[in-house]
Amino acid sequence: MRGVKQHVTEIALILGMVTLFTALVLSLVGASPLDAFGHLIKGSLGSWSKFSRVLNVWIPLTLCSVGLLYAFRTGLWNIGVEGQVVIGAIGATAILRFGMEGGGQMHVWMALLLAMLFGVLWALFAGSLKVKAGVHEIFAGLGLNFVAMGLVLWVIFGPWKRPGIASMSGTQPFPRELWFPTLEGWRVSPFALGLALLVIVISAWLLYRSRVGLNLDAVGKNPRAVRLFGLSPSRYMLIAIMVSGALAGLAGGLQVSGVYHRLIPAISSGYGYLGLLVVMLANFRLAPVPFIALFFAALNVGSIQLPMMMQLDSSLAGVIQGACVLSALLVFGLRGLKKRRQSNE
Amino acid sequence: MRVGISKFVRLAVAAIATISVTASAFAAEKELIFGMLLVGPYNDHGWSQAHYEGGHYVEKKLPGSKMIYIDKVNPADRPGLTIPMVVDDLVDKGATVIVGNSDDMKDGMREAAQMHPDVQFIHISGDDALTGKASPNLSNLMGKMEYGKMMAGFVAALTTKNGKIGYLGPLINEETRRLSVAAYLGARYAWTEVLKKPESELKFKVSWIGFWFNIPGVTADPTQVSRNFFDTGYDVVLSGIDTTEATIVAEQKRKEGVDAYAVPYDYIGSCETAPKACLGVPYYNWGPDYVKIFKAIQDGSWKQSWTWSDPDWTDINNIDTSAIGFVKGAALSAENSAKLDQFIKGLGDGSINLFKGPLTYQDGKSYLKEGEVATDNQIWYLEQLLAGMEGVSK
Repeated sequence: MRGVKQHVTEIALILGMVTLFTALVLSLVGASPLDAFGHLIKGSLGSWSKFSRVLNVWIPLTLCSVGLLYAFRTGLWNIGVEGQVVIGAIGATAILRFGMEGGGQMHVWMALLLAMLFGVLWALFAGSLKVKAGVHEIFAGLGLNFVAMGLVLWVIFGPWKRPGIASMSGTQPFPRELWFPTLEGWRVSPFALGLALLVIVISAWLLYRSRVGLNLDAVGKNPRAVRLFGLSPSRYMLIAIMVSGALAGLAGGLQVSGVYHRLIPAISSGYGYLGLLVVMLANFRLAPVPFIALFFAALNVGSIQLPMMMQLDSSLAGVIQGACVLSALLVFGLRGLKKRRQSNE
Repeated sequence: MRVGISKFVRLAVAAIATISVTASAFAAEKELIFGMLLVGPYNDHGWSQAHYEGGHYVEKKLPGSKMIYIDKVNPADRPGLTIPMVVDDLVDKGATVIVGNSDDMKDGMREAAQMHPDVQFIHISGDDALTGKASPNLSNLMGKMEYGKMMAGFVAALTTKNGKIGYLGPLINEETRRLSVAAYLGARYAWTEVLKKPESELKFKVSWIGFWFNIPGVTADPTQVSRNFFDTGYDVVLSGIDTTEATIVAEQKRKEGVDAYAVPYDYIGSCETAPKACLGVPYYNWGPDYVKIFKAIQDGSWKQSWTWSDPDWTDINNIDTSAIGFVKGAALSAENSAKLDQFIKGLGDGSINLFKGPLTYQDGKSYLKEGEVATDNQIWYLEQLLAGMEGVSK
């Protein structure tokens, strides 16, 4: 009970700090914080179509965040998640292009599979550099992100450009048969939603209830000690980052087949980096991830109201998200400090 | 706080299910709300601002009309945003007309128009209504900027000291080919017919940056490209992009003692950002066409159309009638200004027609035969740059 109470206090503390900070920023530019918060809420939860949009952001964001948890378990910062989303999207597009004439659902599922495979391979690059060559995964990941960005621009402006036109608006859109399946009248695919929920459930079991999860945890906590139990830290690190890459790739595949219906340069929508924030705010635990991802997704979608209704810049969403993470780090840091002091006494 | 799986799933499902599912779409009567999707910032001193002010013009001229706009509608500025999403939102807010101002929105506009058959869509610069790819509620509108670009090319050729004109191009498509070719034709006319100089001494180079405006890390930097033009001896740069980098760089170069000039594009007030280097600006005046279309939509007489509007040749700068205009800049000499007036008169009465053969494509293929006058269709679907221009066609 005491644990729950502590979490609730911490969350209230974080939200309070963020609200105060945001209100202050808004007042500084002469806007009404109440109006702004109102528009954010109405713009994200005000109607089913708006909430569908939130879910459309939630799905890839959650997939990226959950994937990151695996890597974090083994102590790896898979910052390359952004590039893994992009590469996944490229993989999916490669398959879907084959189905431009008379393709069907087979192509869509194949596309998602290849998206995951591409994500895995891309993550494996960073992972191998880490375990084989000792290159820190943050540097490898960042580098690979740039390479992925370069690749996506190259295919869009080069081999996959539209007939006669190379355009930022991306490749030729896919025919409806190649869209990720959804139900009539739904603005978010219930199947994609189910897929994301399934990933959460499986991960809850894998990370917290299975032997694999325990081993991952052990590798992260003390890579030297696990050797004594006959476990290879490198192997588990690679497994973790590959799962991370698979989920990021899946997110990229869904962005292509379910959201944009084509490959565009900004296909990742920054969900990889945003996922890192989600996981940090969740204090690297699974249970809060779907809710924080929902909160962030709602902010992203709701923020479009700010320029529309109040002529404010929509980057306020980013300010709030950043403030959340900073406040969380502060609160978690204070908690750690308190614990240490208590144990010293 | 480790939550068991079943409890956890229940929580997630409950969270989603408890969100109220109330669509608050109510269409207001009599008033006309139009939604404007601007690809760039509403104050870009270029393409998007021209539309934004066209929207304000409508609000003034058409009683009961109200604009809701959203700017920076492109995936680089607003990651995760798609056109159908924004359109849903605007329709929720009561919009019955949606204007999308970028070629880039073509696919999204088509998709959104199918989803909202009761809403009228106006896609600027597109051709879906012409090709038959559009649903019946999607129309296209564009102004004949070719004339404005001819004027831009004309003053550039009169002003350049060494005959080297640079064209700062966006991405390559039919529209941008058409506009850069028009600028070239205007320049060539001034060079050979007015100044009576040999065609071979005119250099006209097009450099494409990759998009309508600068996206760091994605497009070439228009400031760098403009600077490069001036550094390699080009003394007049024509802008074909949505923003004003060329003019700003030209003014900087003037401060460094270089005799540099530029011609911006799109927006009537573009010269104000750098008046000393500005020869003038060909601009769009969307207001009159918007009023015409919205009025027809309001009284129910609107039919799907593909509209390519002419300037009002009696006064191309009449903001109530002309779709295209040209404002002379402070840097244009009095002598050249008079020549420009003659040129405009000639274009207006038809005595000067620059899209007339013989014209040859870059690869030597014939575009227009001797004496052949291009149809609107031939101009719209120009396949390549013309022989005599330097730059990539595809």
